[in-house]
Amino acid sequence: MNTDSQKAPTSPSSLRLVLTLAIAGLVSGIAIIGIYESTLPTITANKARELRAAVFKVLPGVAQMQPLVYRDSKLVVVEAADKDEPVIYGGYDDQGEFVGYAMPAAGPGFQDTIAILYGYKPEQRMVVGMEVLESRETPGLGDKIYKDLEFVAGFSALSIEPEIVAVKKGTKSQPNEIDAITGATISAKAIVRIINETHAAWSGQLPAPGSEPPLELSESADTGAGQ
Amino acid sequence: MKKNESYEEFIKGIWRDNPVFVQVLGMCPMLAVTNSAINAIAMGMATFFVLVGSSFLVSSFRNVIPKQVRISCFIIIIATFVTIADYTLLALVPKVHKELGAFIPLIVANCLILGRQEAFASRYPTRLAVMDALGMAGGFLLALFSLGAVREILGDGALFGVKLFGENFEPWVIMILPPGGFLTLGVILLFFNWFKFKKDEFLEDVAAAERGSD
Amino acid sequence: MDNLLWVFISALLVNNFVLTYFLGLCPFLGVSNSLETSARLGLATTFVMLVTAVCAWILNTYVLIHAPYLRLICFIVVIASTVQFIEMLIKKLSPALFRAMGIFLPLITTNCAILGLAIFATNRGYGFWEGIVYALGAGAGFTLAMVLLAGLREESELSNIPALIKGTAMNLIIAGILSMAFMGFAGLFSTT
Repeated sequence: MNTDSQKAPTSPSSLRLVLTLAIAGLVSGIAIIGIYESTLPTITANKARELRAAVFKVLPGVAQMQPLVYRDSKLVVVEAADKDEPVIYGGYDDQGEFVGYAMPAAGPGFQDTIAILYGYKPEQRMVVGMEVLESRETPGLGDKIYKDLEFVAGFSALSIEPEIVAVKKGTKSQPNEIDAITGATISAKAIVRIINETHAAWSGQLPAPGSEPPLELSESADTGAGQ
Repeated sequence: MKKNESYEEFIKGIWRDNPVFVQVLGMCPMLAVTNSAINAIAMGMATFFVLVGSSFLVSSFRNVIPKQVRISCFIIIIATFVTIADYTLLALVPKVHKELGAFIPLIVANCLILGRQEAFASRYPTRLAVMDALGMAGGFLLALFSLGAVREILGDGALFGVKLFGENFEPWVIMILPPGGFLTLGVILLFFNWFKFKKDEFLEDVAAAERGSD
Repeated sequence: MDNLLWVFISALLVNNFVLTYFLGLCPFLGVSNSLETSARLGLATTFVMLVTAVCAWILNTYVLIHAPYLRLICFIVVIASTVQFIEMLIKKLSPALFRAMGIFLPLITTNCAILGLAIFATNRGYGFWEGIVYALGAGAGFTLAMVLLAGLREESELSNIPALIKGTAMNLIIAGILSMAFMGFAGLFSTT
């Protein structure tokens, strides 16, 4: 132990400090990149699967889907949207016929932002399904927006003319009205507002019913490009 | 001798120096993710991984890392482990990952982990450091679980999603909400205080009796 | 523009960083024994949050698009550097203040509220102005919570509290009640 105390404790050179940090940073960077690359396929597959499941849920009868974005004043098919570019999904049945749009929407709810996906059929101008993707509403109360199956089912045939209105539970009379949830009025009304706002934003950009973009991206790898 | 030492380091983290109940460290993630037992366990496991991993590395390299940059190095090591845990959870259990949300990256700011590196791992041999980390992480996991279980049982009438009580049980919803977190931990700490109080009293009685019998 | 107002009020009251998200608890429980220190720390934290929000936005927009996995490390480095910088600044401008704040300044680095701010803002895709407003609201909310608790603690110093409950247990229970009170702010923005 004598040798230790005899060694004068010299401050490590600046080079040593920088080198240590650089090496630590480098190793850390490699480790992080490594884990990112190795988990990326699984994560992307998970995300795609979740999205598909949600789209199929809000658009009954749909077997295939493709992303659509609004560019150059019209709705076009893309492989993948640019970051931050608003995207909706076209749903098609197994014959490739257009069924409806699955539109992602989000807005403030009671507690925090709610993110949903709703299905819309432009010909009938009706909402045909709604799925809550993300919500942090009050457990036991606001979370009924996805737990109360009756409420969710209320979106399966909802006219969008002139806009959706949430009414007190049990008093629904018009095709554009939906029964709100007792005890979670704000969360329920938030969903309605979110759909109305998103529809208002997109309605000018949707093509006339009957001229929707045809199915271009085939999802199974075996079929050739187009059909 | 060595074996007892290791065991000592391990066991102290579980009860005597429990990071949450005694040292009151690592609070931030604690209260936020313990609204259900499964979330609590997931967070506990993630923290476990990060703490043990970083302690192992920090201790192994303790003679190589210069003192001046040690905190930065600790943080780099911890942040790397947290990022690894984050992506692994996202890939393996996306549902749980969504529940824990932004609190996984926040493990980096968990004073418990940085504290252990600074106070222990950087000064002791690897084996002891790992045992210490295991104990602290174990104690943390235990604390998280007890908090999560209490809040879920009272606030949702369930444990791990399995309903425990009948239809008529009116859940005490506030327990799952933020105030419930504060209150539950406060009450648990109250118990710990009471326990310590009683123990001190008992020891005093024993000491007094011994003095009396002299 | 009412979106910005919502972001601010939400961070300040409805989703208060401390009382709803449990961020910044270490200083909240540890430092709030003095009203003055709490206010000062709150102010310093708000400033760091502002700088962090701006840096986070810059990083997110220009750098991290290519390497999202480096986000955590970059944020931490930014926060640590900002705190270091502020420390030097305060030391130079007002040595008295520096001495008064003592160890609390470096502690801001491990304040999960700051890292939490950066992460939340990223997850919610806040733009430049939203980020700034968010930081102001969050910092103000943090300061508010600290000052409230500090005031209550100073009051309680004068009362007769059973030894059993004194200390962190009591602070937590007070915090729980404060949190419940703040829950009343939910639904502040009524939507018709």
